[in-house]
Amino acid sequence: MKILEKQILSDDRGTRVIRMKIFSKDIPLKAKAGQFIVLMANEYGERIPLTIVDKGEQDITIIFQEAGLTTKLLGKLNVGDSLYALVGPLGHPTEIENYGKVILVAGGVGIAEIYPVAKSMREAGNRVVIVLGARTKGLLILENELKNVSDEFYITTDDGSYVRKGFTTDILAELLKKDKYDLVYAVGPIPMMQKVAQVAQDFKVKTVVSLNALMVDGTGMCGCCRVSVAGQTKFSCVDGPEFDAAQLNWEELAKRNKIYSEQEKHICRLNIK
Amino acid sequence: MNKEPVKIKEAIAQKRSGNFDEVVLGYTQEEALREASRCLQCKNPACISGCPVNIDIKKFIGQIAKKDCAGAYLTIRERNNFPSLCGRVCPAEYQCRKACVLNKGGAPFASVEAINIHFLERYAGDCAMKSNLEVSAKKKQDLSKFKVAVVGSGPAGLCCAGELARQGVKVVIFEGLHKTGGVLRYGIPPFRLPRDILDFEIDYLKKAGVEIETNFIVGRTRTLDELIAEGYSAVFLGLGAGIPSFLGIKGENLCNVYSANEFLTRVNLMGAYKFPQAHTPVAIGRHMVIIGGGNTAMDSARVALRLQKMNEISPDTTILYRRTEAEMPARRLEIEHAKEEGVKFRMLVKPEEFIGDESGFVRSLKCLKCELGEPDNSGRRRPVEIKGSDFEIDCDVAVIAIGLSANKILTGVTPLLKTDKYGDVIVDPLTMETSIKGVFAGGDIVGGEGTVIEAMGMGKKAAQGIIKYISKK
Repeated sequence: MKILEKQILSDDRGTRVIRMKIFSKDIPLKAKAGQFIVLMANEYGERIPLTIVDKGEQDITIIFQEAGLTTKLLGKLNVGDSLYALVGPLGHPTEIENYGKVILVAGGVGIAEIYPVAKSMREAGNRVVIVLGARTKGLLILENELKNVSDEFYITTDDGSYVRKGFTTDILAELLKKDKYDLVYAVGPIPMMQKVAQVAQDFKVKTVVSLNALMVDGTGMCGCCRVSVAGQTKFSCVDGPEFDAAQLNWEELAKRNKIYSEQEKHICRLNIK
Repeated sequence: MNKEPVKIKEAIAQKRSGNFDEVVLGYTQEEALREASRCLQCKNPACISGCPVNIDIKKFIGQIAKKDCAGAYLTIRERNNFPSLCGRVCPAEYQCRKACVLNKGGAPFASVEAINIHFLERYAGDCAMKSNLEVSAKKKQDLSKFKVAVVGSGPAGLCCAGELARQGVKVVIFEGLHKTGGVLRYGIPPFRLPRDILDFEIDYLKKAGVEIETNFIVGRTRTLDELIAEGYSAVFLGLGAGIPSFLGIKGENLCNVYSANEFLTRVNLMGAYKFPQAHTPVAIGRHMVIIGGGNTAMDSARVALRLQKMNEISPDTTILYRRTEAEMPARRLEIEHAKEEGVKFRMLVKPEEFIGDESGFVRSLKCLKCELGEPDNSGRRRPVEIKGSDFEIDCDVAVIAIGLSANKILTGVTPLLKTDKYGDVIVDPLTMETSIKGVFAGGDIVGGEGTVIEAMGMGKKAAQGIIKYISKK
């Protein structure tokens, strides 16, 4: 659970995106693309899920944005420090097969989560098209890494500060208009994923999304992460984290992800060390 | 001699419901002696067969009566590694006390006249703890060349590990969460089982040589096959029940509608009652509604009420149950405690639909009134809805405590492990061995939801099965 490497990937007026390589002898043996870990930054901390972005022989890589208290505390840890708890790999791996042509869409810190999927999809023989979106140039991460695992590569920024101004869904719609694709896969903020799902649905392309639901144990014990899929309650942790986007109740998901926003504001104001 | 049952001291309801300190305070030596001296020392003590692990109750009570607390402790320990724990959480009124000859009347649970066996057990355990009494690890056999993996550190796993260690077997416990104890830690609130007691009981196992690996999920971190291939002679699965059941009604996924597992885990395991010192939040409402009639419902309600009081919210916590109090599966003691503390009980009510606001937070609960009909399979009278009796109650936090089903995290990836239609692991009832040779199981993953001591009983039985199995190797 010791931190082996730490790198600031972006820093937008104090909001940083950080990459950490963490020692683990067990998790890399099993981790596959699409799976996640649950960690605690310290003994008082929350349990939060984070995607396993990469792995070495005895380490895993996570990438996170300093958004809430836990990620801020995590960001304060340095090389040599240890996490309090780390468990995984959890969730179902991405179903990797040769679909043919796939488009991977990622926004914000979701860009990190798409990396292992892109890598595996390409290894499986797919033609991989990647569309990345960031609010602004400073927040764009892993540009080169993702370029290297793609056959086609697009970038948008909301404010136009880098490459093309606009949203990932603009490019997605253009791609789907021009050609036939077999799968769309998206990770990012809920509104982005929902929009991706709508666009892809218009073109009748199957869309898989990887959700970042709130969790506690991450093993199916609590039901905190429940989502409605085709009218049925599913647990993101053990039934997901990936689901068919066309079947998801997005409104419910968006609301459930904000359950603790008041408490989060409160605890962040206290500036706990 | 005064032969009245000796009441145990409890923290005052008004005060205790504002904190998470222990409610039942325990006997003094004088009180324990007085209670122990009420025991008739029957020739054929029925109480012993009422205990799932067959503690020699007659003997240990006799020892307490003779002021031999250490002796009483050792007697209990012969059969049960966790007297301080079981003395607190065992539903004695349905078990040993129910079998006591002093018990009067035909109720499904013991009357007040029955000896307070559990309180005496607790007294013996706590005495030993205070005096740091060490039990010499008198190993009956040398089985130290065998290594056994115990999956899960809840009651079944702890008990199995304790029994195996006692026989000299090398034991490693694998626990998925970051802390040990399973349901004893995430489910049972500190006011029923103080954390220092739980820690002490688990530390005892560590002293006996049991190794514990937390953050390790068998089925994910390693498969069962891999674990066996690593050189474990046998494996015990004490996985627990796991998946919370929901009602299946509209609005159930609204914000602040919890499973009891989530609500209790946030508070008990993650310490949400100390938020923001502990970082995990929990919703605290003005109108907290708990649905269910078991011990978990009682725990949830008493936790909810405490959270309200600690946050200066005028307490309003209500338990809704489809039947009446007589059919409630909860311990009588817990029902009484909940009532004393101010939890409201609304019986014969069936939840129909949660209603939310624009932001997706629950605001009220539509219900129907019920009446009792014919008995169902469980022997309890079935609740029958009364048409047109709909009503709505305020509810800004709801906790659903209606039971659990089997977690499939291990069984789902282990096809050779046979399960029944509920997903529970099938075992040979004599040895607790599963369909895989050398793999044993016990606790809620075998019997569905049961009590702590029932799980311990199974863990113990499995330990005996394991000893037999490895001895033949």
